[in-house]
Amino acid sequence: MFNKIQKFIFSDILKNRIVLAYTLLLAILSWSVFSIEDDGNKGVLTLLNIILLTTPLVSIIFTAIYLYNSSEFIELLLSQPIKRGKIWTGLFLGLFSSLAVAFIIGAGVPIMFFVQGSIGLILIGSGVMITGIFVSLGFLCTILTRDKARGIGISILLWLFFSLLFDGLVLFLLFQFADYPIEKVMVGVSALNPIDLARIFIILQLDVSAMLGYTGAIFKDFFGTGFGAIIGFVLMCLWAVIPFMVSRRMFIHKDL
Amino acid sequence: MIEIRNVSKRFGKLEVLKDVNLTCSPGQCIALIGPNGCGKTTLIKCILGMVLPTSGSIYFKGKNVSRDYKYRCDIGYMPQVGRYPDNMSIGKVFEMIKDIRSAGEKLDEELVTSYQLKAMKHKKMRTLSGGTVQKVSASLSFLFSPEVLILDEPTAGLDPLAAEILKEKIIKEKENGKLIFITSHLLSELDELVTHVILMQEGEIRFHMPVSELKETTQTNSLAKAITHILKLDHVQ
Repeated sequence: MFNKIQKFIFSDILKNRIVLAYTLLLAILSWSVFSIEDDGNKGVLTLLNIILLTTPLVSIIFTAIYLYNSSEFIELLLSQPIKRGKIWTGLFLGLFSSLAVAFIIGAGVPIMFFVQGSIGLILIGSGVMITGIFVSLGFLCTILTRDKARGIGISILLWLFFSLLFDGLVLFLLFQFADYPIEKVMVGVSALNPIDLARIFIILQLDVSAMLGYTGAIFKDFFGTGFGAIIGFVLMCLWAVIPFMVSRRMFIHKDL
Repeated sequence: MIEIRNVSKRFGKLEVLKDVNLTCSPGQCIALIGPNGCGKTTLIKCILGMVLPTSGSIYFKGKNVSRDYKYRCDIGYMPQVGRYPDNMSIGKVFEMIKDIRSAGEKLDEELVTSYQLKAMKHKKMRTLSGGTVQKVSASLSFLFSPEVLILDEPTAGLDPLAAEILKEKIIKEKENGKLIFITSHLLSELDELVTHVILMQEGEIRFHMPVSELKETTQTNSLAKAITHILKLDHVQ
């Protein structure tokens, strides 16, 4: 561990009741999904949808609440001889690592147990990535406003946008421009939503991608190749890094 | 030791500090008083680097503090309201701050001992009463024997015994030649502690003078009476 604050935040959050409940929930869901479904692929698809709904929600809201509740503690840290950037990075690493560990214990263990081959690892990796991305977005929401209710409201809206509204908008565009060859554009549009990126990644690993139709073929052409996969991975990393770096910049210049 | 030159601070349209100038030297124990919202906390936060002044600069031991953080090694701060991560134990909080400060062996554990915090090292911060949290904050601010102590309403929330222990400690550190800032609304309590008084009003420093001089000019024998005397004079005018 290279940040002094991280390890203390990490152990504090792992003992947090909400995080314990989240781990337990993931564990119950994953074990039951795999016990009910005989077909491993179907199980992965079901679990993927569950993960893509719960993980972003818990990551972004928990981050926002934790940061707002820590405001006095952050003030105390600011009075210590330590750089502002380091405090913010320490908080981020602490929150991210503890929520990622919760995810790995809750969902990762059953996935490793039931799913063979690389698909399991990719599923766990995407879950960890999604955790990082939404913790990062949570940091951005918190720094934007001093008001706790407003900050949590913004984070709920962001979650709602990425999990539901975005897909609705994409569908709307698809119907409006059905007469045009917009399949390639769709690849670009999907990069605007980290949840979709993760979903495409996993679905392409399974044999069900044929169900996505012609657009699916374009996706497979792009994200199925090594180059496309790297682009997708880089895009997800950017989603995790950019919101955090923006919030860090704002934190350094903020009056507390 | 601390020099504040032409510091102003605006929050939007609100001007919280207006061209504040101040020089403080070691051995002074300064009471920072004034009505609510007069800019006391903002001034303290400026010294600690939590609030960045709109204009002007602050010098600590002759060095400009903007964009510096190492100078805070020499400052102990006790916030008005302390809140710590819920699941951290008292012991962990101390360990963490020691870790951040990379402190060596020479720790001043006098308050830790007199508040008997070691006996409840394993208690989680969430389970502590407000007064106990204040004891933790007080012990932390004195722990590294800093040259400057900034105490924001230090005795609020402490029981009389604990408050008395803290006051004795403040007097002792003052005699050790430390520079101490105290904000408080309890003027009677400050009387035995402070050597100097700063009165702030609407973002400006009304005066900064030794207590003895203040008592002489107002011909009173206590700080509380002196301050009320001055405020009454304002009222008449």
